[in-house]
Amino acid sequence: MIDTLAILAIFSGLFFFLSGSIGLLRLPDLFTRLHALAKADNVGLALVALGVIILEPAVINDIKIVIIWLLVMAASAISSHLVARHALRENRNDD
Amino acid sequence: MISSGASTSILTIALLIALNLLLFSLLIGLFRAWLGPSVEDRFSAILLIGTGGVAMLLILAKLLQITALYDVALVLALLAVVGTVALTQSESNHD
Repeated sequence: MIDTLAILAIFSGLFFFLSGSIGLLRLPDLFTRLHALAKADNVGLALVALGVIILEPAVINDIKIVIIWLLVMAASAISSHLVARHALRENRNDD
Repeated sequence: MISSGASTSILTIALLIALNLLLFSLLIGLFRAWLGPSVEDRFSAILLIGTGGVAMLLILAKLLQITALYDVALVLALLAVVGTVALTQSESNHD
């Protein structure tokens, strides 16, 4: 039962990872690609981390996984913001 | 170490399939990094590869029962954002 829940969470996260990758490959613009990347970063890694937390019995490792997830969410937001601002600044200099 | 019993074999097979799907997702992201016309597209592909690497390390730590891989995932989550910030700021210092 616990394993079924964990496998379900991990494969839901993998669906978001695969759709984010396909969106990164297929979408026409840089900003829409960043939009697809944010889905893979936040929801995909959150569901994979939830599945690993369900499987992991030790509490200290669970706390560590939660810290990793919060760090990746903050890193994804900051990196997307920096990349989009850099692209906007470069386009303004080209005009 | 991987096949520790008959009851956990379904979980092991599911985690191995999840690892292969994550690797395929990272391959798609790597294709965007090779194809990307601008530098920002390659940045976003690097972000996807960093997050997918963190997810792969979380699953591997559970699969191989090596708890030190959680620390490796933590360091990888830190280094992805540091690399992106450094590249973005050094590009924008030229103007």
